[in-house]
Amino acid sequence: MDRRESLKALVLGGVGSSLFLSSCVTDKKSPIAAGDIIEEREGYGRTPAEEERDEDLYSETFFSEEEMATISILSDIIIPEDEESVSATEAGVPEFIEFIVKDIPEHQIPMRGGLMWINRESNKRFEAAFNEISKENQMEIIDHMAYPRAFEENSPGPVFFRNIRNLVVTGYFTSEPGFKYLDYRGNTPNVWDGVPAHVLEKHGMKYDEDLLKVAMDPATRNEVMDWNKYEV
Amino acid sequence: MSFQIKKQSTKYDVCIVGSGAGGGMAAKLLADAGFKIALLEAGPDFDPANKEQRTQLRWPWESPRRGASTTRPFGDFDMAYGGWELEGEPYTQNANTEFAWFRSRMLGGRTNHWGRISLRFGPLDFKRKDFDGKGDNWPIGYEDVKPYYDKVDKLIGVFGTKENIPNEPDGFFLPPPKPRLHELYIKKGANKAGVPMIPSRLSILTKPVNKERGACFFCNQCSRSCMAYADFSSSSVLVKPAVKTGNVDLYVNAMVREVLTNGEGEATGVSYIDKDDLRDYEIKAKVVILAASACSSARILLNSKSAQHPNGLANSSGVVGKYLHDSTGSSRMGFIPQLVDRERYNEDGVGGMHLYTPWWLNDSKDLGFTRGYHIEYWGGMSMPAYGFGFNTQALKEITGDTSRNAYGTGLKKDVKKFYGATFGMAGRGESIPRKENYCEIDSNTVDKYGIPVLKFNYSWSDEEVKQARHMQDTFEEVMHNMGAVPLGDKPGKETNYGLENPGKIIHEVGTTRMGKDPKSSVVNEFNQAHDVPNLFVMDGGPFVSQADKNPTWTILALAWRATDYLTEQLKKGNV
Repeated sequence: MDRRESLKALVLGGVGSSLFLSSCVTDKKSPIAAGDIIEEREGYGRTPAEEERDEDLYSETFFSEEEMATISILSDIIIPEDEESVSATEAGVPEFIEFIVKDIPEHQIPMRGGLMWINRESNKRFEAAFNEISKENQMEIIDHMAYPRAFEENSPGPVFFRNIRNLVVTGYFTSEPGFKYLDYRGNTPNVWDGVPAHVLEKHGMKYDEDLLKVAMDPATRNEVMDWNKYEV
Repeated sequence: MSFQIKKQSTKYDVCIVGSGAGGGMAAKLLADAGFKIALLEAGPDFDPANKEQRTQLRWPWESPRRGASTTRPFGDFDMAYGGWELEGEPYTQNANTEFAWFRSRMLGGRTNHWGRISLRFGPLDFKRKDFDGKGDNWPIGYEDVKPYYDKVDKLIGVFGTKENIPNEPDGFFLPPPKPRLHELYIKKGANKAGVPMIPSRLSILTKPVNKERGACFFCNQCSRSCMAYADFSSSSVLVKPAVKTGNVDLYVNAMVREVLTNGEGEATGVSYIDKDDLRDYEIKAKVVILAASACSSARILLNSKSAQHPNGLANSSGVVGKYLHDSTGSSRMGFIPQLVDRERYNEDGVGGMHLYTPWWLNDSKDLGFTRGYHIEYWGGMSMPAYGFGFNTQALKEITGDTSRNAYGTGLKKDVKKFYGATFGMAGRGESIPRKENYCEIDSNTVDKYGIPVLKFNYSWSDEEVKQARHMQDTFEEVMHNMGAVPLGDKPGKETNYGLENPGKIIHEVGTTRMGKDPKSSVVNEFNQAHDVPNLFVMDGGPFVSQADKNPTWTILALAWRATDYLTEQLKKGNV
């Protein structure tokens, strides 16, 4: 039932008196206000306040073009394209990172500071910004951050790398290509009839016989329950 | 803006404040009986089938924050409009109190996102004082409520199995779903440790109970509220049919300020603020039912002061707001090495666990604490959202694999490999209600509507801390016995063994407790105020004690019982 139909049902269902029309939900300036949003983007069930907040965040820009370029390079090093799946940039990870640092501002200083650190390290080692140096030189800095020596584990580069890696990984695996790669099978109407038999067997598990006698039966699951035959 | 208060000319039979479990039940029964009802809800209308509000079956990438909990405490797709903090509606705390008050402002309230765990209180749960000398007994026993639990089971639907456990009464159960793989692993370990695990009891329709609601389609998303109405939400299951009778006028975005009284001190209706036009309105009714949630109803009563009721309405005993109590909670995560690199299949199942552990030590006398807890479980190949894949390396090291894939295809493969191998256990226990734990009016603070707010005073006692310690010991023992690895450090004394702050489990009850004696209780055994015969409280407020059971099923049963009594009184002309 869509919103208008449900609104109609509400009116038809409740229109017992003129009072209802003059004072209830149906004649207010914003009837059933939570649903009334003008959708410029695909909606995902937001309240008007949430929608407004999203729009505000979309209208701001946090990272500079240079920073976004570095984020893209890092994203594709962390999750590259391979024979099984697309790269992080292809999956929209940099755009996710731009949004999430505005949404969760605690990320902003660690991200910006980490990107500053990378450029300082790049200038120190190769006298050019990170985006300008060769792939080989970029990898030297990445390896320093990604595989730090024990005494450097909590220094700025490695700490930043762990932070951005978390965002890249989570951004990737919550994207459509990420789900495909993960081979996630859920979020769709289905009938749960237990763990597949061969999987149970592989794990040395068996369903309890008594439970199987009373468990949900896919064949009759749509029949309205008849309590007449039921004894507590 | 005009500040003239708008008064309705119609007088309703009953005005109900709050559309959650208690209010929804009262509205449904009273509307079916032909009474004229005004049902007030402080939030907007809501229907999970409305595509502009629906979050069910959405994908994480539909949210730009991938479902993170920035604006909704349980993530973008959780169906609670509200949280522990509401803009413009503060609450305050006494020193040393860290009470968290969760409010969901929408038709159906918190029943749209709750865990659907539908446990009956057992005979012991109504009479705990007889066994441990602590707290108080209820004025009623299991036999008084049993017929109503039976009716609730049949009307609303709950799956489960007949187990014949003395303090976990069986009911009218729909067929349970088969357990998931991690649940079978946990069960092995639990049974070795002497901890029972039985099919859970959730109000989810594995078979329909009528033609208006569909059967569960196993998406695991009851917390998003079901568009097929295959789980229990008050709005979908009770309010919707109540409105259809034509006997209910629904007022949404109606924030109740106080209960109105006449010179004799009887309730005559309520005063509310329309959140859309910010004007005050009054509704007149023969009977007022508060079902706004335990703390909100207490707040309304305490704010309803008059010459006849100087301490607030229905508060001659002084116990309105007192005996506030929430469930205890403590949890631990673990990792099942046998589930690494597992075969894929759709493992969603119903929204919640398929197996749980009821309290199993009622007969133990040497635990150091006297009230029990049940254990809830989660795990499996659930849908990733923001936070997924953080710290994969740590899991890998647990398996003894010291190779490192800090980036690249190897990292990607690692994340895939460890998916679905983590799980968790959470204890939910009974705390002992104490007069010293309470909410009161903070006369120095108002909300944005000018209504004085609540101030909380709450601390755990040694009983609850010892119970949390027992939970943590049990979790480790079960994990050890099932071959799993507990993650992180075991919460110790310094964190009260992981005991959550009060309010965090969102089972707060007890603020308008029932009893025989008007000097020590607010309502009688039929949820009727001792001081004001035409005023009822039908949320969790009347609970004398909470058991380790989630309160909703008992709120529903007691609301039904109270409404039967009220119907009789209305017919006799007594109220």
